[in-house]
Amino acid sequence: MRIEQHPILQFDRGEKVTFTFNGQKVEGYTSETIAAALHAAGIRELGHSQNLNRPRGLFCAIGNCSSCFMTVDGEPNVRVCVTKLKDGMVVEEQEGKGVVQA
Amino acid sequence: MIRNVEVMVIGGGPAGLCAARAASEAGAHVLLLERDDVPGGQLVKQTHKFFGSERQYAGDRGIFIGQMLVKEVTEDPRIEVMTDATVLGMYEDGVVTVLKDNQHLKFRPKKTIVCTGAAEKFLTFPNNDLPGIYGAGAVQTLMNVGGVKPADRVVMVGAGNIGLIVSYQMLQAGVDVACVVEAAPNIGGFLVHAAKLRRAGVPIRTGWTVKEAYGNGKLEGVILCQLDEKWQQIPGTEVDCPCDTLCLAVGLTPLSELCWQAGCHMEFIRELSGHVPITDENLMTSVEGLYAAGDVSGIEEASSAMVEGRLAGYAVAVSLGYDVERAQKEVEAARAELVELRSGPMGGKIRAGLVKVAEKRGEAGC
Repeated sequence: MRIEQHPILQFDRGEKVTFTFNGQKVEGYTSETIAAALHAAGIRELGHSQNLNRPRGLFCAIGNCSSCFMTVDGEPNVRVCVTKLKDGMVVEEQEGKGVVQA
Repeated sequence: MIRNVEVMVIGGGPAGLCAARAASEAGAHVLLLERDDVPGGQLVKQTHKFFGSERQYAGDRGIFIGQMLVKEVTEDPRIEVMTDATVLGMYEDGVVTVLKDNQHLKFRPKKTIVCTGAAEKFLTFPNNDLPGIYGAGAVQTLMNVGGVKPADRVVMVGAGNIGLIVSYQMLQAGVDVACVVEAAPNIGGFLVHAAKLRRAGVPIRTGWTVKEAYGNGKLEGVILCQLDEKWQQIPGTEVDCPCDTLCLAVGLTPLSELCWQAGCHMEFIRELSGHVPITDENLMTSVEGLYAAGDVSGIEEASSAMVEGRLAGYAVAVSLGYDVERAQKEVEAARAELVELRSGPMGGKIRAGLVKVAEKRGEAGC
């Protein structure tokens, strides 16, 4: 859900775009981060912990804590809380530490 | 290639913006490095009005103060602002390395002011890793920057200023705030913020904590319980509170990694909320030419961060020989403002911390 009315703020969301999350189509806006767009779509589980496979979501939302690492357009360890959304982005849950492509 | 820089400011929050502006205003050339894609730091999400006096823009909302400072800095011909730029390392030979657009850049600044701010603290309880358990700052970013409704129903942990303010901001965003829990016997933040919540019918439970969280794949609720005078959980007082979000506002800790790496003399000072570089009266650390201003040298309000930034910026200008007499007066004016900001009962903790800093200066060689 997005905030439609706010007593102080107005939001310039930019353009509406479509991206995929684990293959599922999701809509968002270009001024949003990937994490914000996923959150607005009700998606909070962004990955799983490496050892105990526990669900993981964001924690700090300012690029500090690494809790939101995902694979974006094939690149692993992307902090989706500080990465702006682009049309056609492929956002996927990351397996383990991810593999950096040569 | 190593690029020479006169003054490098690391971090574009309230301290960094004011540091850059002060150094430049006296005549120095500044490179301001910001990790995010826009400068402003956490001011970009602070919709509440600031306290202090006119010189610290009291009465203005943080977000507008941030916009004004950013405008001043970006329009200043002596300041270069580099965004999406993360400082990776500070080396013994004075080289600072930066990650920008997947490039590894090298700089050699004459003076450096570290204004890296702070990170949110975490709290220990079973299932504290469930998606939906967020830092209060994260929730503030989601709703005030992203325009996303962060929760349907939230429990806030912490009745300091951040917990109170963010709870109120969530009401403004249409979120049902179930309650604020605070382990201490008293509300830590300004009572004016607490009163706004209470008028809206949000209970503030002092002497309470989170016993555990539960949920399948994401947060579905928390069990709250009461604490005794020794901060131990009292069996039988448990209350089940369904919620989809738990917000942690349990304090901040300085992001002082770069100061560690640069070899600054560091001390753990509880009142300053973590390990901090020991600084002298000009906010210079034990490393010659390396300064620290704002939350990185002790957690405080943004108002003090702005004044500390200004102090360090002018002090750097003096050390470089720019407009020395006037810049020195600005340094002294900033010191006096800080004394005033820290003078009330809310400043007791920071004053105690700064006494400890002063005691360590001999050891640190500051």
